[in-house]
Amino acid sequence: MTAIDPTRLDSPRRARALSRISKADGWFKVLGLPFMTPLLRAIMGDSPRAQMKQLWITLFVPILSILAFLILWATLAPQVQTSLGAVPGPVQVWQQAVTLHQDALREGEKEAAFNDRQDQRNAQLVAEGQADKVKERAYTGKPTYYQQIATSIKTVFMGFLIGTMIAVPLGIAAGLSPTVNAAINPLVQIFKPVSPLAWLPIVTMVVSALSSGSDGLFAKSFIVSAITVTLCSLWPTLINTSLGVASIDRDLVNVGRVLKLSPLTKVRRLVLPSALPLIFTGLRLSLGVGWMVLIAAEMLAQNPGLGKFVWDEFQNGSSDSLARIMVAVLTIGLIGFLLDRMMFAIQQLITFSDKR
Amino acid sequence: MTRFATILLASTALASPALAEMLEVEKDELTLGFIKLTDMAPLAIAYEKHFFEDEGLYVTLEPQANWKVLLDRVISGELDGAHMLAGQPLAATIGYGTKAHIVTPFSMDLNGNAITVSNEVWAAMKPAIPVGADGKPEHPVSAAALKPVIEDFRARGQIFNMGMVFPVSTHNYELRYWLAAGGINPGFYSPEDVSGQISADAFLSVTPPPQMPATLEAGTINGYSVGEPWNQQAVLKGIGVPVITDIEIWKNNPEKVFGLTAEFVEANPNTTLALTKALIRAAEWLDAEGNANRAEAVEILSRSEYVGADAEVIANSMTGSFEYEPGDRRAVPDFNVFFRYNATYPFYSDAIWTLTQMRRWGQIEAAQPDGWYAETAAAVYKPAIYLEAARMLVDEGLADAADFPWDSDGYKPATAEFIDGISYDGRTPNAYLDSLPIGLKADQRVIGRDVQG
Repeated sequence: MTAIDPTRLDSPRRARALSRISKADGWFKVLGLPFMTPLLRAIMGDSPRAQMKQLWITLFVPILSILAFLILWATLAPQVQTSLGAVPGPVQVWQQAVTLHQDALREGEKEAAFNDRQDQRNAQLVAEGQADKVKERAYTGKPTYYQQIATSIKTVFMGFLIGTMIAVPLGIAAGLSPTVNAAINPLVQIFKPVSPLAWLPIVTMVVSALSSGSDGLFAKSFIVSAITVTLCSLWPTLINTSLGVASIDRDLVNVGRVLKLSPLTKVRRLVLPSALPLIFTGLRLSLGVGWMVLIAAEMLAQNPGLGKFVWDEFQNGSSDSLARIMVAVLTIGLIGFLLDRMMFAIQQLITFSDKR
Repeated sequence: MTRFATILLASTALASPALAEMLEVEKDELTLGFIKLTDMAPLAIAYEKHFFEDEGLYVTLEPQANWKVLLDRVISGELDGAHMLAGQPLAATIGYGTKAHIVTPFSMDLNGNAITVSNEVWAAMKPAIPVGADGKPEHPVSAAALKPVIEDFRARGQIFNMGMVFPVSTHNYELRYWLAAGGINPGFYSPEDVSGQISADAFLSVTPPPQMPATLEAGTINGYSVGEPWNQQAVLKGIGVPVITDIEIWKNNPEKVFGLTAEFVEANPNTTLALTKALIRAAEWLDAEGNANRAEAVEILSRSEYVGADAEVIANSMTGSFEYEPGDRRAVPDFNVFFRYNATYPFYSDAIWTLTQMRRWGQIEAAQPDGWYAETAAAVYKPAIYLEAARMLVDEGLADAADFPWDSDGYKPATAEFIDGISYDGRTPNAYLDSLPIGLKADQRVIGRDVQG
């Protein structure tokens, strides 16, 4: 027994575990954790050397590059002097991130105190027999950093949804009919390269003209930002959808003809399933563009969100401002990355089902 | 927790005014605008110290990008009221710029501005400035010291540019007054040319306050006139030197007002009163016990939602000292006055001084009779609302009756506390205009590129 190499001994339990790891591999890739597979395999004792090579590429190289970036940043930043002090290094940025978190907590305390005072006032009114004057008012403090993030994410999804609702049907129409395609093609080519900042004044004016008063379902600023995102982010979806629809297998189209499918059924049964992967490629691109556009729009229009946070800090011009802006920059990047991952995961799901 | 809440309840129930006396406000959720300057303090204090809440008002304070955006948003109703330049309600009401009837029941503060020049200009000015016994430059510094510098610029074919915050801002009029008193022509406005640079020696243009230091650093302007913290910021960052504070140009000059549209005041009389009450209490708190609360006010203002500059920068002027050259720190106890000297009462004579400067530099193109000045002031400044709010506060035991000018007719006595010693009496604006150097007099008009008449 002792003469046999233990690694060659595949117990059925281990084999099962390894096959499970292989299955999970696809998911790890989707979630952006490709290093999990070799790591788990190495733990299970599956040819450690090959796994180390995998690990080196998927885990250690990224970690090392991030560390190198941080070291470079920490050494170079203090060398650049601005009138707001030196450019902040990683340490100052981390400190400001903590400060922003504490600010959010403090704002929460203030809100609780406000609600206490309001309850007392209302209790006093009831005691004085003026129950009709009792009012529940929302707290009016500054938006915390987390609220700004939430606002931005809500806005980008709103704009993205409007864009998708416009772009997908249009793209399908353009993909099915060369006439429609020829009709909208020049417009797409002209409007696609327009910067969000050029749309913004026009959108602001139109929204202000169309919406009466400020007490609608959504705040005016929210609508303006969302529509600006829509105008800039619908193009990739539109182009990719029409491309996906136009490149359907001819045989499928012929099958549809033979079966005499109604146009709607044709779209639902034949066109959409085969065009889905490309549609999702378009959506993923759109969301990325939308996120980038949104920050610029918020900055210029002073609409609530991360863009406004950046601009306000720039206006404040305190010695912490640059570090706070850096926190925002990293936050924006991280959220952009997560949004992209999310779309990628959905896209993978679609293509999986497509292949099955 | 509940026990703590009960104790809290018991303690505040004793302290808060009886609710039965609260005004029936027509609109209790308000959005007020401000620009990131230390003199927005009454708004921040009224919010943070719950003076708004005591009046049953739920206020959101919103920083604005610049003065024009702020005014437009008040006119369109997006903002219910705002921290405004003293000249803004007057200009809007007489139709210079956007026309709209804006009124003010509350003056926000006195003084608070300064004129800063770049290090290069300061170095060139210094030889012409007399030195006092302590070896420091003698104050106030006259713009006469700047004259050779501007001539030098001209000889090199360069334009001498200065920044100010808005065409109808106190900063613009103070800068012009100082330049003219030193024999430098700051330029005229005409109906065709609103740049204000007609026949100018120094070219003035608009820069938003928070961007002043950066613009000076970039060399786009050679000096500027602005409120705090942007002068002290220049010293701290080593990019410029304040040469004169506005208190030296005109002692205790009016600076900001709280502006609302006439429609709002008409439709919401009780809300206006409640706002005025809260603001009077805030101003009183800011000046209480010889500025004892200023340190706390500085901490509040340095928060990012208000002014957001470093506390030490804001503290300089707010706590009564001012740094000119690096290291040349002098006591200016009245640099920011929020309540003393009846600072919050909207005096007609203050409004009329601003109007005379609009006429002096051609923003008001034709001569107007003395009566017109008085009528315009009375259409915009509303001391009656102010006094009614003050009376309520006195009755509630929240203010001292001795602090308010109950019997004033709205005109301060004539004063000669200007840098050039010329006397100003609000009752005779035309006589005052005729006594000033450089500027339009009597029936003069700006036609094309020159003054005629």
